[in-house]
Amino acid sequence: MSLDAKTVTRIARLARIGLQPGEVETLGQDMGSIIDWVEQLKEVDVMGVDPMIGTGLAKPRLREDRVTDGDCRDKVLANAPEREGPFFTVPKVVE
Amino acid sequence: MSGIHDFTLASARDALKARKISAVELTNAHIDAIERLDGQLNSFITRTPDRAREGAKAADAALAKGEGGNLCGIPLGIKDLFCTNGVRTTAASKILGNFVPPYESTVTANLLKDGAVFLGKLNLDEFAMGSANLTSAFGPVENPWKRKDSDAKLVPGGSSGGSAAAVAAGLVLGATGTDTGGSIRQPAAFTGIAGIKPTYGRCSRFGTIAFASSLDQAGPMARNLEDCAILLESMAGFDPRDSTSVDTPVPNYEASLKRGVKGLRVGIPREYYTKTGLSHDVALLWEKGMRWLQEAGATIFDVSLPHTEYALPSYYIAALAEASSNLARYDGVRFGERVSAPSLDGLYEASRAAGFGEEVKRRILIGTHVLSSGYYDAYYLRAQKVRTLIQQDFLKAFENVDVLLTPTAPSGAFAQDEKPTDPVQMYLNDVFTVPASMAGVPALSVPAGLDARGVPLGLQLIGKFFDEETLIAAGHAIEQAAAFHHRPTLHAGVSA
Repeated sequence: MSLDAKTVTRIARLARIGLQPGEVETLGQDMGSIIDWVEQLKEVDVMGVDPMIGTGLAKPRLREDRVTDGDCRDKVLANAPEREGPFFTVPKVVE
Repeated sequence: MSGIHDFTLASARDALKARKISAVELTNAHIDAIERLDGQLNSFITRTPDRAREGAKAADAALAKGEGGNLCGIPLGIKDLFCTNGVRTTAASKILGNFVPPYESTVTANLLKDGAVFLGKLNLDEFAMGSANLTSAFGPVENPWKRKDSDAKLVPGGSSGGSAAAVAAGLVLGATGTDTGGSIRQPAAFTGIAGIKPTYGRCSRFGTIAFASSLDQAGPMARNLEDCAILLESMAGFDPRDSTSVDTPVPNYEASLKRGVKGLRVGIPREYYTKTGLSHDVALLWEKGMRWLQEAGATIFDVSLPHTEYALPSYYIAALAEASSNLARYDGVRFGERVSAPSLDGLYEASRAAGFGEEVKRRILIGTHVLSSGYYDAYYLRAQKVRTLIQQDFLKAFENVDVLLTPTAPSGAFAQDEKPTDPVQMYLNDVFTVPASMAGVPALSVPAGLDARGVPLGLQLIGKFFDEETLIAAGHAIEQAAAFHHRPTLHAGVSA
């Protein structure tokens, strides 16, 4: 079943992806068919099964709390689409 | 007499060490092949011939002194998902179209340390999301293979389609790939080459652009398993900068080639017959593979992986949920493409709308949906529980067998214009490869024959955690029996 325009628009808003009106309908259809397809997981009995969070092969480890990197402001800023001196810039957030 | 384009990675390494050929000659021959063929194949996004020549010169100097690592002077291609210091890294996305990393991924750093020469960055599906290399912002990659009596452009598989095509066409001696649900194995099968997805945690993910962090794993792609073994030994190893990297020694993978398969217990998962819709040619090849292993001394067992049919839908929930989170960082502020707007949210929305392609948007939106309030338990949490069951299926099967043998993909390469319009149909390409990814176990693909239309097919072997050696031994037995020496229509060694 196709996802309705309101749902697609709400999800797109959550994901901060701007959509054209034409895209909403196509995406609604595609997403609907994928969601319908994954519904088959409801057939599986998962009572008492723990969720798998990663493969559990790497053991948690501690490390010394010390600086191992840094002091490279220009490198960090090198790919900024827009900057002002040593700062990233964004549109005005607070009036 | 065999020419410079007949070298495998292993034979080139030996010829370099014996000074029968120079690294500069070898590198120049490959740069020349890229210039001749890649206008058509489009396997490279960024070529780095000048860096490669410098690297080759340094390799020759080291070799002349009897020094140099195991890959000294070997020309490789790097999937454009690995960050390379000072060389543009795009993930085949417009949103990273001008991104130049100020650091090197651990996997590529390991290869450079061993003396490898990088010819450039290889094309892929955008953010590694695809099974046909049709979603790249830098255009599709063409498979160097052709069907008999047809000039239709075939897909190389995906997402490591550029890596697969470049290796198959002889443009590089080996390449790095990444595999989230089959992105090394399926393109390897589609292009008649070998590829290994190691155990999750074997190769560091540091500096590899993330798609689905709990599944992404780097691995080698090359003409045969000997070459893959050499590459994997260099790429693998513990890295404190990746919290999922596993601190276990890297064995000598090359040595396991000679191990043989006498007494090896090979499982055939019966659900891979009944639940997948594999083609007739693929089914026949699978049976051949069983016979080959039996003749080499292995024993075949019927095994069951009862949750097989649920692997793909649970994969798409888990992977897309992780992707929606991982790709949140592309916001037009700190790096990547920016589209200006009066408000900050407007800037995010406009930048992400312009920077991401259709498939990536679709996947981020589904991932966002399954993680959103009211759906999390029904979709995401349930999928994670199903994932536990899938992993248990494998662990149980491996109580009785050493490896599993399956096809790599349900069919051979399809044509670019035969791409299914329904996204779910496209996802079914990964039906055989996704379960091992979900479980985190290692798997590989070896070329094993041609289908009725003359395009290559691969067989997949799946192994126990950190037992890549047994996989390589079994895969090599298949290679020897299959004697796959076919070459694609487009190949560096064929003069136009």
